[in-house]
Amino acid sequence: MSKDGLLFFQPGQVLSVKDIPRLSLAVFRSATIGAVATGNRIVSYFARPCTDEGELELIMVLADDQAGTLSTAATRVGDRFPSLTPDCMQAHWFEREIAEQWGVEPEGHPWLKPIRFHDSYGQGGRTRAIEPGFTDYFRMAGDEIHEVAVGPVHAGIIEPGHFRFQCHGEHVFHLEIELGYQHRGIEKKLRLGPDRRTIHYIETLAGDTTIGHATAYAHLLESLGRCEVPPLAKGIRGIALELERLANHAGDLGALAGDIGFLPTASFCGRIRGDFLNMTALLCGNRFGRGLIFPGGVSGKPEASVFSELQLRLEAAERDTSGAVKLLWDTNSVMARFEETGKLELETAQAIGLVGPAARGCGIERDVRRDFPSGIYRYAHLPVAVWHSGDVFARALVRWLEIQRSLVFVQEQLDMLDQGGDPAGPAAPLQPDSFSVSLVEGWRGEICHVALTDDRGKFAHYKVVDPSFHNWFGLALAMRGQQISDFPLCNKSFNLSYCGHDL
Amino acid sequence: MWRIMTERFRQKHRTIGFPCQEPVLPEAYRGLPRIHDLNPGDLQRLAEICPTGAWAARENRGVCLDLGRCIFCGTCQDRDRFAGVDFSRDHRMAVRRREHLYLGGKGLPLTEPLEKKRLSLFNRSLKLRQVSAGGCNACESDINVLSTVVFDLGRFGIQFVASPRHADGLLITGPVTRNMKRALEKTYEALPEPKIVIAVGACAISGGIYHDHSETGGGVEKLLPVDLFIPGCPPHPVTILDGLLRLLGRIK
Repeated sequence: MSKDGLLFFQPGQVLSVKDIPRLSLAVFRSATIGAVATGNRIVSYFARPCTDEGELELIMVLADDQAGTLSTAATRVGDRFPSLTPDCMQAHWFEREIAEQWGVEPEGHPWLKPIRFHDSYGQGGRTRAIEPGFTDYFRMAGDEIHEVAVGPVHAGIIEPGHFRFQCHGEHVFHLEIELGYQHRGIEKKLRLGPDRRTIHYIETLAGDTTIGHATAYAHLLESLGRCEVPPLAKGIRGIALELERLANHAGDLGALAGDIGFLPTASFCGRIRGDFLNMTALLCGNRFGRGLIFPGGVSGKPEASVFSELQLRLEAAERDTSGAVKLLWDTNSVMARFEETGKLELETAQAIGLVGPAARGCGIERDVRRDFPSGIYRYAHLPVAVWHSGDVFARALVRWLEIQRSLVFVQEQLDMLDQGGDPAGPAAPLQPDSFSVSLVEGWRGEICHVALTDDRGKFAHYKVVDPSFHNWFGLALAMRGQQISDFPLCNKSFNLSYCGHDL
Repeated sequence: MWRIMTERFRQKHRTIGFPCQEPVLPEAYRGLPRIHDLNPGDLQRLAEICPTGAWAARENRGVCLDLGRCIFCGTCQDRDRFAGVDFSRDHRMAVRRREHLYLGGKGLPLTEPLEKKRLSLFNRSLKLRQVSAGGCNACESDINVLSTVVFDLGRFGIQFVASPRHADGLLITGPVTRNMKRALEKTYEALPEPKIVIAVGACAISGGIYHDHSETGGGVEKLLPVDLFIPGCPPHPVTILDGLLRLLGRIK
C-alpha cells in the first residue's frame, strides 16, 4: 500500500475484492491525479454496482510502466461525482463510458457524450440510448469555416464510424470521432460467466485480435483458477500472438502504401499478410486463430511437421516482407508523404495515455511484453521498438522494426518448443470474491482485461479495454493542423478497431 | 524504378488457380460439417454444448445443424460423445436460401445461379458495396483479401466499389447492430434496381453468437431480402469466392 492509499500489485496476482482499498472520493481523486502526474497511467477505470440497491463504486487500475507494477483503489459514488478529466486527461473516455453505462454524471466533464449509444445498465436503465449521429458536435464558426461529415458507411471494406471535421479549406482544425455503430453488448453478457459462449465473445471482441484478447482472457482465468499452463502452450501462444502482429503489421504497411498510391508494396504486403494468417491456420485451422487458445492451454498438439512447415514459410515470408517494405524507405515520394504527416508530440501522447506502436512512434518506451511480461515473455525477451518523430513515418517504421523482431522471436520459439509436452493443463474453478487484471501486448497495443468474481466464482464484473479505447483520441489530435486529404493515411497509420472500442 | 521491377520479379506470380484448381487448405481447416446417424437423444447433449444454439430438430429432416448459426468452433466434433459429427475440409458452403443451411445427413444444395435477368446483367461485371454492420473485422478482412493478388477478384469482373450508387449489390457482414440499422437501410435504398444482397458470416446470416442480444437485429434477412448466404466465422476467402462465382454461374 502506498502512502496515498493505492494498493500495488502485479498483473496475474489475485487479490480479494475486499482488499481493494476503499478511499473517500477526495483521496481517490488526489491519489489518481498524483499518480498520473508522476508518470503512471490509467489502464482501466470503471464503475460497478456494489450494493443490492445499485449503489456504484468506481474502480481505478493504474500502471507504472517503469516499475512494472499496477495499483488500484475504489470509491463509492452517487448519481453525480466530480469529474477527473479536467485534472487528468486520460480519464476522458473512461468517464464518458461510466456515465453512459450507469446513467451517472461526472460533473465538470468537458465533453460528456455517449461513446456507444446504448441504454444504461441496471434495472430498467437510468438513461435511454439515443441514436448515433443525432448528437451535438463540436463546431467552429467563422467565414469559410465548414464541416465535413464522413461515415458511418465508408468507401472501403472497413467497419463503421462517424467522423466530423471542422475545416477551413483543406486545413483541419478539429476532428471529432463518433463510434458506437458496432456495439453488440458483449461486456454486459460476460457477467455471470464464464460459460460456453464466453470464449467466443472474447475471440470476436475484435476479430483481428482474436489471439490477443483470447490470451488476455486465458491468463486472467488461469490466475483466478490458480492453474499452471504447460510450456508447450506458452510457446504456441507466444508464436500465435507474434504471427497476429506480423500479419497485421505487414498488412498495415501495405495499406499505408496503398493510401498514397504506391502500388508495389501495397500489393506485395496485401498478399504477405495472408501468408502470415495462413501460418496461424496451420496451427489451428483458422486464419484468425479461432479455437486455438482457451483457459488452461491451447487446443490440440500440432504435428512436428506443422512446426517444420512453419519454419520454411517464415523464412520465405521474411525475404518477401523485407523486399516489399524496403521499397518504402528507398522511395522519395513515399517518404515525402509519410514524414511530418499526422504528427503527435510526445507530451500529448503521454497526457492521453497512448499505447502500442502509436505510442512507441512518439518515443514512449511502453510495451507490455517488457514492462509486464506474462506467459512466454517471462522467459524470452523482445527489444522495444521506438522512434521519436510521432508522424506516419514513425508509426510505419515502428511496425517494420517490430516485424523483424517478431520474426526472430517466432523462429527462436519454434526451435525451443517443448514438442513432446502437453498442450493444456487441467482447468480449475475460479476463486470466489477475487479480483485480477491481465495485460497483453496485442498488435495494436495494450489489451487489459479485469475480472471480479462473486461468491460462487462467477464473473461479478468483467471489463475489457482494447488498445483502441486509448488511441482513438490520439488519432483525432494527430489530425489537427493536417490537410483533410491526409485523413486516410493518418487513420491507417493508427489502424484502430471499431468493434474493439464498441464491444 | 529498377529496384521496384527487380522486386516485382522476385515476388513472382502468386494468383491461385481457383476455380480451375482446388484450393490448398490447411490440414486442421474445419469446412463443411458431415452429419450421420444422430438420434434425438444426441440432440439434447449437442444443444447443451453448442455456444450458438445451432443444433435443432427439423420437421422431416431429423437432427440438423443450422450452418447459418454455426461458428465452426468444432466443439461438437467430439468422437467420444458424438460419432455422427465431424468437419470435412470441403470449402463449398454458400447457398441461395436460408432453409438450405439446415444441414442434415444429405449435404447442402449449393448455390444456383441468379435468375436470367439479373444473371445477364451481372455475370460478367458485378460491382459490390460492402457494409459492415457489427462485424468483428474477421469477415471484413477475409473479404478484403479477395482483392489481393492471391485471389484477384478483378479477373472475374467482380469489384468492390466506394459508393452504393455505383453498386449492383450489397455484401453485408455483422449481426446488424441496432446502431447500424438505419445506415444499412439507407445504403440499400441508394442502390439502383435490380440489386442483390449477400450475407457473409454467421452474424450476418442469423446474428451468430449475438443472435439474442437486444443490441443486434439477428441478421440481415430480418431487414432485407437476401440472395446469397455464405456461412462461416469467418468464411474462408475461397468459400466466399466460390459462392460469388456460383451465383454468377461461373462455377457449376
